[in-house]
Amino acid sequence: MAEVKDSTAQRRYATASVATPLLRARDLHTWFELRQFGFLRVGSVRAVDGVEFELGRGESVAFVGESGCGKSSLARTLLGLNRPTDGDVIFDGQRLSELSGAARQSYLASVGYVQQDPFGALPPFMDVRRLLAEPLIVHGVRDRKTQDERIRQVLNEVRLTRVDEILGKFPHMLSGGQQQRIVIARALILEPNLIIADEPVSMLDASVRVEILNLLRSIQQKRELTLAFITHDLSTVRHFADRIFVMYAGRIVEEAPVNELLDHPQHPYTQALLASIADVDADNALVQREVPGGEPPSLLNPPSGCRFHPRCPHAMKGICDVRDPYSLEPRPGHYSACWLHE
Amino acid sequence: MSDTLLEVKDLRLHYQTRNGVARAVDGVSFDIRRNEALVVLGESGCGKSSLARALMRVLPRNINHFGGQVSLAGQDLMALSDEQFRRQIQWSRIALVMQAAMNALNPVVRVGEQVAEPLRVHRGWNKKRAMEKVASTFQKVGVSQDFIGRYPFELSGGMRQRVVLAMALVTEPELVILDEPTSALDVLTQASIMNVLKRIKQADGTSFMLITHDVATSSELADRVALMYAGQMVEVSDARDFFHDPAHPYSKLLMDSVPRLHQPQPPVHIPGEPPNLHNPPSGCRFADRCPSRFERCSRDPQPVTLKARRQVSCWLYGEGHHG
Repeated sequence: MAEVKDSTAQRRYATASVATPLLRARDLHTWFELRQFGFLRVGSVRAVDGVEFELGRGESVAFVGESGCGKSSLARTLLGLNRPTDGDVIFDGQRLSELSGAARQSYLASVGYVQQDPFGALPPFMDVRRLLAEPLIVHGVRDRKTQDERIRQVLNEVRLTRVDEILGKFPHMLSGGQQQRIVIARALILEPNLIIADEPVSMLDASVRVEILNLLRSIQQKRELTLAFITHDLSTVRHFADRIFVMYAGRIVEEAPVNELLDHPQHPYTQALLASIADVDADNALVQREVPGGEPPSLLNPPSGCRFHPRCPHAMKGICDVRDPYSLEPRPGHYSACWLHE
Repeated sequence: MSDTLLEVKDLRLHYQTRNGVARAVDGVSFDIRRNEALVVLGESGCGKSSLARALMRVLPRNINHFGGQVSLAGQDLMALSDEQFRRQIQWSRIALVMQAAMNALNPVVRVGEQVAEPLRVHRGWNKKRAMEKVASTFQKVGVSQDFIGRYPFELSGGMRQRVVLAMALVTEPELVILDEPTSALDVLTQASIMNVLKRIKQADGTSFMLITHDVATSSELADRVALMYAGQMVEVSDARDFFHDPAHPYSKLLMDSVPRLHQPQPPVHIPGEPPNLHNPPSGCRFADRCPSRFERCSRDPQPVTLKARRQVSCWLYGEGHHG
């Protein structure tokens, strides 16, 4: 941790500090207030509830978790689409909450967003040229010739051939893979430093998935930009991310470089996730997988202590159900929030 | 173990659309034995869901052509009228869990009553008897008895999927067809649903036809694998042979495109796109994307039997040519 904070907070969030951080999330909370009939307060959905991490320049990280763990809310908070309830997002040394006007515009230009559903992300009435010109116009590039140049360049980068043909097409005329390439092109056209991809391939066909992930990875490496991709699919992360964050019920429960995490998972939740999937083998049909009972908790009313304790096979009575675990470093560079490591 | 339950020969299902005839299922042959699980693998749009609909005879109206031979335990199903099929076969002997069925539960009827419906309607059982059967089926699929009186919105996605599964199993059909039963679920829920299916297969001797695009999921249940491409089956073989020694070039590429968690080699994508079902290319439909294509591929390949119960439709294996 580079910043000096009070000692309890520092203990609670042990996290890898990277050499040249591009983005830092500090004690980030995003809660959504729930009201009945529009005014009665019922409580808050704690979608992101105390998350702390650093993203380095030019690295690819994956946020892994099941649906409802808060990973998309985290992405939207980083993009400035949700205002954090507490805590800070610090981008390039500047607090996101303090940006306004032109500074905010320039932040938005330096973060690209790749959505889950490419068809839903592309307005149906715009052709490809218009789709890609739009961000340029919003950010002040009005010269048509410059626009065309940049559009061609970015379409080449996402490996869409026959550019002239594609420019006049509308989203429904493209295949799912082509649509997602346009979404990626649109995220790239303002030359961002950071790309946030929220489940970029979950709506695509299996064979196209690998192609799009390879494309994202190669663009990330060529442009040396930071790629944060959000996924529920652990099987793809080894080849497309350098570091992994595992999320559960609004918190990051484990963080490590990808091979370290997959080969030596420390947190019982990560262990359960890894035990539930196996590489393709004919013998898979013969074994029962070990799956923890129960379901992820409601974020409106998360369990006391460790949020995984009601499902955890190693839960210790009197500890895990009472005290909230902070993250520890059971192996060098490998952080996990579990009382077993103490 | 060796008696054949379902036998399908040259099944065809073509739709009439505004753009012409779509050949969704175009000459498909396979069989399923008792207590066997056949996985039908394929990309979206390859006709695998249409195959399920054709077998269950839940067809849309725009049928252009529906034909072929289907027999269940020796009985010719194509000879039955729609009404006979509905009374004798549908739900009682073949059950279907459609894609996203868990979101199609009736929101204003308690789940127990929805599951009991086929027993009450088809078998005419009284409520008490039907509810007892529902309770035992719920136990089988891992849903607590307390949930019988609940409404669908009170259940999580995983629980709703189990309820839908119970609905298919409650009449004790010989064959259960599952269309993408886990693709909308989280990994842990997926694994527990696959656990339930494995248990039922072992305990009750039910036969399954599992339709999926996900090779990893398919390996959790498969005894045999049928790979579909553009409305046809390009390879049908034993799961072990398919996963570890795929024969058809498409099968090989597909296996290489599967991301492996514990192995160092990165997945490789299959270049190109599947053909349009309205106007499929003549000859082998995979030829455009195939790395080993040669002149003969412009003619239709016939299924070649490599060994017992292993068929491949590829010229590399046919007519004396060995690649």
